[in-house]
Amino acid sequence: MILFWNTGVAPPAGVNDTRHPAGHEGGARQRQSSPVCATTNIRKEQNKDICINRERIMSYQGKKNIPKITSERLLIKGGRIVNDDQSFYADIYMEDGVIKQIGDNLIVPGGVKTVEANGKMVIPGGIDIHTHLQMPFRGTTTVDDFSQGTKAALAGGTTMIVDHVIPEPGASLVEAFERWREWADEKTCCDYSLHVDITHWSDSTKLEVESLIKEKGVNSFQVYMAYKDLYQMSNSELYEIFTFLGEHGGIAQVHAENGEIIAEEQTRMLEMGITGPEGHVLSRPEELEAEAVFRAVTIASQTNCPLYVTRVMSKSAADIISQARKKGNVVFGEPITASLGTDGTHYWSKNWAKAASFVTSPPLSPDPTTPDYLNTLLSSGDLSVTGSAHCTFTVAQKAIGKDDFTQIPEGVNGVEERMSVIWDKAVVTGKMDENMFVAVTSTNAAKILNLYPRKGRIAVGSDSDLVIWDTDAIRTITAKTHHSAAEYNVLEGMELRGAPLLVICQGKIVLEDGNLHATSGTGRFIPCTPFPDFAYKRVKARKQMATLKAVPRGMYDGPVSEFTAMSRGGTPSASTRSSPTKAPLRNLHQSGFTLSGPEEAPIRPAGRRIVVPPGGRSNITSLS
Amino acid sequence: MSDCRRQWNREDELPVYLAKPSTGPNQHRKSHGMFSSVEGAYDSKTIDFDQYAVGRKGNRSSRSSSRERIVDGDFEEYEISGGSILGSRGERDHGRPGAEVTDQAGKECRYDEQNNGKTERLLIKGGRVVNDDQSLYADIYVEDGLIKQVGENLIVPGGVKVIEANGCMVIPGGIDVNTCLLKPYLGSPPVDDFYQGTKAALAGGTTMIIDHVTPQPGDSLLEAFEKWQEAADKKSCCDYSLHVDIPHWHEGVKEELEQLVQDKGINSFQVYMAYKGFFQMSDSQLYESFSFLKELGAVVLVHAENGDLIAQEQSKILGMGITGPEGHPLSRPEELEAEAVFRAITLGNQVNCPVYITKVMSKSAAETVANARKKGSVVFGEPITASLATDGSHYWSKNWAKAAAFVTSPPLSPDQTTPDHLNSLLACGDLQVVGSGHCAYSTSQKAIGKDNFTLIPEGTNGVEERMGFVWDKSVAMGKMDENQFVAVTSTNAAKIFNLYPRKGRIAVGSDADIVIWDPAKIKTITAKTQQSALDYNIFEGMECRGGPVYVVSQGRIVFEEGKLQVQQGTGRFISRKPFPDIAYQRIQFRNKLMTKQGVSRGMYDGPVYDVPATPKYITPSPSAKTSPTTHQPPPIRNLHQSNFSLSGSQTDDNIPRRSGHRIVAPPGGRSNITNLG
Repeated sequence: MILFWNTGVAPPAGVNDTRHPAGHEGGARQRQSSPVCATTNIRKEQNKDICINRERIMSYQGKKNIPKITSERLLIKGGRIVNDDQSFYADIYMEDGVIKQIGDNLIVPGGVKTVEANGKMVIPGGIDIHTHLQMPFRGTTTVDDFSQGTKAALAGGTTMIVDHVIPEPGASLVEAFERWREWADEKTCCDYSLHVDITHWSDSTKLEVESLIKEKGVNSFQVYMAYKDLYQMSNSELYEIFTFLGEHGGIAQVHAENGEIIAEEQTRMLEMGITGPEGHVLSRPEELEAEAVFRAVTIASQTNCPLYVTRVMSKSAADIISQARKKGNVVFGEPITASLGTDGTHYWSKNWAKAASFVTSPPLSPDPTTPDYLNTLLSSGDLSVTGSAHCTFTVAQKAIGKDDFTQIPEGVNGVEERMSVIWDKAVVTGKMDENMFVAVTSTNAAKILNLYPRKGRIAVGSDSDLVIWDTDAIRTITAKTHHSAAEYNVLEGMELRGAPLLVICQGKIVLEDGNLHATSGTGRFIPCTPFPDFAYKRVKARKQMATLKAVPRGMYDGPVSEFTAMSRGGTPSASTRSSPTKAPLRNLHQSGFTLSGPEEAPIRPAGRRIVVPPGGRSNITSLS
Repeated sequence: MSDCRRQWNREDELPVYLAKPSTGPNQHRKSHGMFSSVEGAYDSKTIDFDQYAVGRKGNRSSRSSSRERIVDGDFEEYEISGGSILGSRGERDHGRPGAEVTDQAGKECRYDEQNNGKTERLLIKGGRVVNDDQSLYADIYVEDGLIKQVGENLIVPGGVKVIEANGCMVIPGGIDVNTCLLKPYLGSPPVDDFYQGTKAALAGGTTMIIDHVTPQPGDSLLEAFEKWQEAADKKSCCDYSLHVDIPHWHEGVKEELEQLVQDKGINSFQVYMAYKGFFQMSDSQLYESFSFLKELGAVVLVHAENGDLIAQEQSKILGMGITGPEGHPLSRPEELEAEAVFRAITLGNQVNCPVYITKVMSKSAAETVANARKKGSVVFGEPITASLATDGSHYWSKNWAKAAAFVTSPPLSPDQTTPDHLNSLLACGDLQVVGSGHCAYSTSQKAIGKDNFTLIPEGTNGVEERMGFVWDKSVAMGKMDENQFVAVTSTNAAKIFNLYPRKGRIAVGSDADIVIWDPAKIKTITAKTQQSALDYNIFEGMECRGGPVYVVSQGRIVFEEGKLQVQQGTGRFISRKPFPDIAYQRIQFRNKLMTKQGVSRGMYDGPVYDVPATPKYITPSPSAKTSPTTHQPPPIRNLHQSNFSLSGSQTDDNIPRRSGHRIVAPPGGRSNITNLG
């Protein structure tokens, strides 16, 4: 279990080789020769250059008697530490799951396990800000439970996940939260946190949200603009929720799709006889996503609440976010593994099971240039974080909707592939540098969740969730070797460069050499606090600016038209708040006025000027 | 008297500012130099018609400056004495190329006579005919309200009245696509009814209006339409047509809409995204109405504002103690307009239906329209006079009456660069038509909302000033050429609402709605001289370059040199056919392209997770995550797994299969369906 990497003074030649372009070819060739390699079983052959001196570890274990897991001490030597702001060479010493020292020539206790990084990148462990593990669905659950899912996450270099709690509409949010906590505490292999989805809105929900924020450590809540008659919120409800969250320091996450139009389109598709998975994407065109994003941005800016758009799947939705950011809105966009790695052309696959495995909402865009575009925006900072929206169903579960695409359970895999997809599509292609890579895979998420710098950064005092990233590893994604339990992988057959070589979670090495050593139940719940600076600094400042003031004027005391209050709803604008009860008041006023004026017919014909009594009243009525 | 007049219109000089108030007929003398009239020109900006009336035939009682009395007249018998008359002399004080009327026969002719005989003949000589596509010098011969000939050296019957245009622009009469002359507020109509409103329109060079029929929710659309038509037939002075607003969507409306389109000649309907709890439609209703109206070939007008959010903002702002008119723009920020425009366009694209945004008031809404057009959406944007000429800073005026006069929805943007931006977009074609949104409520009517801005009746004036301000803000600023000016004030509207080329063009066979336009005329807008019955003009004090010299409506001269001669009830209802080309040609091609096809696959016959029949999912999209946890006991799944060998006979097999799906796969042919490779 405990390793000691070869401490040769100079890195072995083989290691250096892997950084040369030639290394790619070699890797590829090897891949061909051993096709059955597990996804994370990467380049085992190549890594054999880095010898493991097990003997010495054994002897160490023999001598002293401290293999107490919690007090595991670890030294990473000679790595290039990559944070979101800078990269530098330094050693890292960690103890008790926390980084204790960073620097050169560290003074560390004797007998510490040492990992030789040999100049490889050492990055903060990834944070997958969007997963649905063990999600209940119609009496079953997704096939990846918290154990399976977090194992897959660790295998991909992700050391923390944030799962969505989805209470049934009408059910208690806190209870649902507790249930998720229970499931997760029992099984997760890495730290986790939770978003809570607000599936209905009432005064009692308000109280629950407040207690979740204040007592339970939840700072982000998702609302739905789709799923009509189920989760969907009206604009007014969204306004109220956003206002509430804005006041309490929560992040409003939205599932942005126009549910009403989708419902209409779905009916139309089914009427046209389109029942296969292609109906899914046809009934949810990307415009509807963009429209909802636009609306959400508007409501959020109106209520001065930070907005987080989950699952940005299309170019137009991403464009809206990027425009909104240019206008100064506090909005974050989250593309997911699937939207960054693949497109929606597969919905037309002749293989129903394959087509169905891509079904997720919003759907993958059929435009094949979408992944490239989203990667560009991610690199430029217009999109902020990446999730996976990992939500896997078996083919049999998907087949619930075999005759009706609206019944297909939605969700794609991606928790394991997330970091590699971004490396391959954005960093290798030259769109993004390694610091930005760290930002979008980990740091930004930590900032939004207000966990920074505990997570998302390699610094003294931070959690020791680290990944040694192998920039040259090449692996081919396939369902045969991935760690998820799903039978399909939406990235099937894709060759991805970049993979974790070694993953340290809570100070323990959980992945080395392609072997996972994760233990279920070791994951801790990490509470998030409200008012993350990343989102709220600006919001707070604006709140102070945005106080509205009335114009001080004298009372208008000119003539007022008679109107019959009983013709309720006579005008558009009166509609919202002219209640019949107000009418008498106004009539009283009317009569008061006519007394002061010269005798006139009680009802004046419109269009006639009403004579103002001698002396004039005030400048208020002057019309010039 | 008349002979000498002609001469002063010869010299090519720039005009003096505004009319010097003429104190008598003799003042219209050449003796005044170009600048001589400036002195004291601003003593009174009222054009006093009586000055001209004095000493003419058809002596009427002298009219002092009271406008209201003029209004009362059923028909104003201004007359043109024989020879030529140029009204309101001061405006073209010294001989400029100006237009003038002559009677070829040298007879005096009274207008009231001509109204009886429909055969008025008119020749407009020497004008520069400006259409939306080209300008050319030509004469125009008009007979029976139609343009009979356009060209040079026309052969016309004798005794024809001649207007010497002297090189002035001759443009198709304006079409104001958005007026509300009968829209009641709490039971009381606006002060400008069809008579006042159309009079103002004609005075501004607009020869046709399209008014909004606004039934209350629950009212019959047909009845409302007939009410409007009756009122307009009785009072309108120019041709008109009607939009019908759909106050709320239900099955019964469909029949009425069909009838309106097919029998009544209505091809445009307005829906509302604002006014929550009243006119507002949900997205689903919008989708349905768009789909239905598209089938009918109608143009969907959208009042685009997010009503839900407005309602929230309104209560918030009232809660903060802001009750004055400034609460109106504060509760309706332009973002909400842009959002709704975006949503409306999305819906339009989805349904493949043309969308027409009424009252584009803000930069962001206009940008949204422009962007959508760039992406190929069939969408039209209509800025109004107020949004093109003024801004929303006046909502903060200390004068309540002034602030309230600006209240309209969507509100004028407080951003002072808005008018300029909208004019730019109008000039480049991103916005297409200009309406006025003319809906005139008097100050006392506005004062209903003196303690609560949400009760202030909404509407601004603008029907009279519309063409002038487009000229002033766009053409005179060098943003737009005269052809585009014709396009946005008249031709585009005629095309969108299927009136073209009967309206919106000067061509043989078109209606003789013609305006002789003076680009140099300068007028200061003030409520004192306007035709509208309003006691306030939101453009008060603004100077406006460009204005009509002559307006010919239905072949009759109704306005010349500041004098109106109109008759109530002469306006005709112009019925419009559905499927206007400018909107529907693209739609129809896209319809053909947009047929979607399913993928023909073999039946999936692999294992299916058994979902216990849970009570009704009402929703069309229960898809993703229905009921977490509680509902059903899971173990059934295994049972089902064993059933799977029944090869595809599922519980829902009784549901008829759709064509295009192969049901039976040949033996052995199924395997690839479940194959996971």
